[in-house]
Amino acid sequence: MEYFIQQLINGISVGSIYALIALGYTMVYGIIKLINFAHGDVFMVGSFIGLYSAKYLANAGLPPIVVLLLSLIISMTISALLGITIERLAYKPLRKSTRIAALITAIGVSFLLEYTGVLILGPQAQGFPDIMEKKQYHLFGSSIQVESNQIMILLTTIILMLVLQYIVRYTKTGKAMRAVSFDVEAARLMGINVDRTISATFAIGSALAAAAGVIFGMTYNSVDPLMGVMPGLKAFVAAVLGGIGSIPGALVGGLLLGTVETEISSLGFSSWRDGVAFAVLILILIFKPSGLFGKNVREKV
Amino acid sequence: MLTVQGINVYYGAIHALKDLSINVKQGEIVTLIGANGAGKSTLLKTLSGLLKPKTGSIEFLDKSIVNQSVQAIVKEGLIHCPEGRRVFANMSVEENLELGAYLQDSSSLAADFQRVYNTFPRLLERKKQQAGTLSGGEQQMLAMGRAIMGHPKLLLLDEPSMGLAPLLVQDIFKIIKEVNDAGTTVLLVEQNAHQALKIADRAYVLETGRVVLEGDAKELADSDEIKMAYLGH
Ligand SMILES: Nc1ncnc2c1ncn2[C@@H]1O[C@H](COP(=O)(O)OP(=O)(O)O)[C@@H](O)[C@H]1O
Ligand SMILES: [Mg+2]
Repeated sequence: MEYFIQQLINGISVGSIYALIALGYTMVYGIIKLINFAHGDVFMVGSFIGLYSAKYLANAGLPPIVVLLLSLIISMTISALLGITIERLAYKPLRKSTRIAALITAIGVSFLLEYTGVLILGPQAQGFPDIMEKKQYHLFGSSIQVESNQIMILLTTIILMLVLQYIVRYTKTGKAMRAVSFDVEAARLMGINVDRTISATFAIGSALAAAAGVIFGMTYNSVDPLMGVMPGLKAFVAAVLGGIGSIPGALVGGLLLGTVETEISSLGFSSWRDGVAFAVLILILIFKPSGLFGKNVREKV
Repeated sequence: MLTVQGINVYYGAIHALKDLSINVKQGEIVTLIGANGAGKSTLLKTLSGLLKPKTGSIEFLDKSIVNQSVQAIVKEGLIHCPEGRRVFANMSVEENLELGAYLQDSSSLAADFQRVYNTFPRLLERKKQQAGTLSGGEQQMLAMGRAIMGHPKLLLLDEPSMGLAPLLVQDIFKIIKEVNDAGTTVLLVEQNAHQALKIADRAYVLETGRVVLEGDAKELADSDEIKMAYLGH
């Protein structure tokens, strides 16, 4: 039982990373119906920016918590700008063309980011600095261990989710995002600037992916230019599992996938770990294509 | 207030509006009637900037709006309440209304809500409810209320009575008249020609993208052509 709970805790950490990335997939899909395959690579870029910021700031002698916060903010800001730029340059010109054209472009952008990364940073993995000293705590005197990092991750994820929830529910931009997702033409008739709303969506999604990138670096201590591929795909599965287009769905999908995956590999099927995600994807597509929280697709007449 | 001259609008190869000209004067209710597919909705979409005419001119308040964005046109006070209501079903009544005031100063928001709730008391009762759960009539009220939140100088209404029970249709037409009496100019598209001609000052009849008849609403209502084609007697 303790072993199971231990794996659950580990699973939640992984799941938080998937959930943060999945949000970007789901929000972008919600608003322009595009699976942004470059999203996992924005996560990678965010991770590297976090790495360099953290190194620089730690060398400057700042306290760890400040290093962490500033690294997160810098990484999220630059990645948000990257997301906006990608949308403007690569996707916006294709908004009126077929979905497959945009999808192929997204795959192209993904390769571009990955191999620009390889070119500039080299293909080998780099060590991510320990921003915070790692401590281990025992839960209620049991043998269940919680790492200080895991607590940080959970806190960061929860805070980001609350901020996101606030933005989407209560701000003018958030309301515009929901309106555009639901009915672009009606949203335009309200006077909503659709281009700017789409930019905001990319900015928020990319910032969340960047935060996931920093968290990933802190957890696994190793980052490389192709690191976005697998988490990107897993997060995509998480978004589909939750119901693509649904924000709570992305959250639940990410956490669910993270825990299931961790439990499965802890049961001795670690070589099946990555397979689980894709088995899940196939099962959803067969049995509940709209996902756990998905609404049935509203076909426009 | 609004002068449309010789516009031609296409959907790809389909020539939907052909050399169409209409005008609307300050304070009027003008109605556009015509069979399904005549081009009524296309005309409204062109006025609000969703569609761009290939040729022709559109002037609103003495300024050309042909090349303006939808957003700029909304800002000028030309508000389009589209066919089929198009409320944001996933949002509350209150949020829908708020979106209608998207370009308005937030200082006038409270007064605007008040005004809309006075006109549509039903919306006040349901303000926290998801728009998707409202009845058809309530959704129409919401769509109109949302349009009113945008401070329309000219309100374009596309088939507001579509699919509503006769009693509700009466209500909707009564409210259109009230909104007009309060100072908003209205361009009303209707299949319900009988009712529309009753409250309108003038009317245009559209057929396959052209204006085939125009004139005083009362006179048109009495004309034999209209009676035969649109009023069913
Ligand atoms: N999105 C569209 N694409 C192609 N043709 C359209 C489109 N919308 C309308 N049409 C065509 O344009 C004509 C006018 O349609 P519409 O303006 O909707 O008529 P109405 O509102 O009078 O019923 C019709 O022949 C219709 O089939
Ligand atoms: Mg129509």
